[in-house]
Amino acid sequence: MSREITHKTIPTQEGLENKIVIENLNVSYSDGTESLRNVSLAIPNHAITVLFGPAGGGKSTLLRTINRLNDLADVVHLSGHIWLDGEDLLDPRIDVIALRRRVGMVFARPVVLPMTILQNMTYGLELAGIRSRDYMEKTVERSLRAAALWDEVRDRLKEPAVALSGGQQQRLCLARVLALEPEVILLDEPTSGLDPISTGKVEASLQELKQLYTIILVPHSIQQAARTADYAAFILNGQLIEYTRGKKIFVNPQEQRTEDYVEGRFG
Amino acid sequence: MQNFSWREFIIPCLIKVSGYSAILFVGLIFLFLIHEGAPALVEIPVSTLFSIRWYPIESNFGILPLIGGTVVVTLGAAIFAIPLGLATAIYIAEIAPRWAREILKPLVEVLGGLPSVMLGFLGILVVTPFVRTTLDIPTGLTAFTGALILGAMAIPTIVSVAEDALDAVPRTYRQAALALGATEWQTIWRVTLPAARSGVLTAMMLGIGRAIGETMTVMMVTGNAPILPTGLGALFRPVRTMTATIAAEMGEVANGSVHYHALFLIGIILFLISLVINIAVASVVFRQRKRAERILS
Repeated sequence: MSREITHKTIPTQEGLENKIVIENLNVSYSDGTESLRNVSLAIPNHAITVLFGPAGGGKSTLLRTINRLNDLADVVHLSGHIWLDGEDLLDPRIDVIALRRRVGMVFARPVVLPMTILQNMTYGLELAGIRSRDYMEKTVERSLRAAALWDEVRDRLKEPAVALSGGQQQRLCLARVLALEPEVILLDEPTSGLDPISTGKVEASLQELKQLYTIILVPHSIQQAARTADYAAFILNGQLIEYTRGKKIFVNPQEQRTEDYVEGRFG
Repeated sequence: MQNFSWREFIIPCLIKVSGYSAILFVGLIFLFLIHEGAPALVEIPVSTLFSIRWYPIESNFGILPLIGGTVVVTLGAAIFAIPLGLATAIYIAEIAPRWAREILKPLVEVLGGLPSVMLGFLGILVVTPFVRTTLDIPTGLTAFTGALILGAMAIPTIVSVAEDALDAVPRTYRQAALALGATEWQTIWRVTLPAARSGVLTAMMLGIGRAIGETMTVMMVTGNAPILPTGLGALFRPVRTMTATIAAEMGEVANGSVHYHALFLIGIILFLISLVINIAVASVVFRQRKRAERILS
């Protein structure tokens, strides 16, 4: 199943170890909306890679294809490969459940499950078959700390998670993903419903977390893209237009279309 | 004179009146029942009332066998209908492909609208002989038969209401659970069902309510023998429910007689049972809503 990545057309970031390599990915839906056309890019380990571009361009589709959540959608055509550590995760024979534990996801709107805060944290662990109370307690605390939420909820773990504010809920969702110790974290506009202070906290956590994980982020604004991106890919109408270091793409884009978008001339 | 609009005055009034009239009617019905049924409490000695013999011609008005009959048939129907109904609802809401769902949902609702007499026919012609021959018992007109048919009647109600409740659970819940590595079944059992809990509970209670109040089919298939059901074996003997008793005897009773009052007393008991069920459901649902509201504020 594994193979060397030697494909010359895949844009790669020099000198970095690649975690995910997307190769000639094509996705289209039955209703013809938001499809991906021949997208290839290599996503480096231990960095934040930002996918940005106008709405409906295929960013969410790309994210959801990486953890196979798109299996649920009305996909009529899917071709290409996504290599995660050399393993093709679009292979129909792959264990999707195990994959989703390796590739965690945080959604645009915080989705806390209808349980207590603690149960939200331990649910994924229980599903993974972990029974050790001790391990669970440690993991819950570590994950909540990593998501900058521990101090706010340590005394109210038994309360229903919906009682938290929107920003706290989103950080709980992030913590819940971290508890599973994934390798990759996908974030689909994780701060779109949050106030600036909560947004700042989430962004700060991400900067910490990239030491340990591979992070792919769809930002909710260009400003956020510029703030957080180590690497950034501009996706327009299902195509990858430009992919380079974050510092570069927002200051000195190579492509005219990227420049137009970054400077707010469209989109 | 201000700019007074009659329409703005009359329409809210009409809406208010029709709203309050529902309360008024329930109150009036209850008063009427009390008025017609309460004398039975005076006319019939308590020891007779709570005896196990219902034989009005000889002034035996023991209501225990009737209550027992209703309880056995309704519980049997619930045990049979709730798991099946919920499973069907889960299948339609969560698992079935879109085309199957679009066929199944209306079909189930048509089933729910089936006149109960027709199911009674079906019971007499098909289920009763089947029960008699397969279980090798003297008659197929048993509590078990009644429970089967009543269960079949309650299923569409349960499916329809529970499916609506499951369908109303946000898609994002399911996606979140799946993204955490839950299987489809784990998602349904641990996330979707709990999230739809109040609706699912309402579905169950409505189904039970339908079963408890049903008259025609039980009269046709349960054998109508007022024997107090004791033990499991009673499930396969004839029983008589409260509703069937009222329906069967009301036509031939002298207005104002002891028997007449006794039948209304049974009506009061039925009314109270369904009231208790309704209050129980409402309080569960209401408590949850209050909690949710408190949390959201």
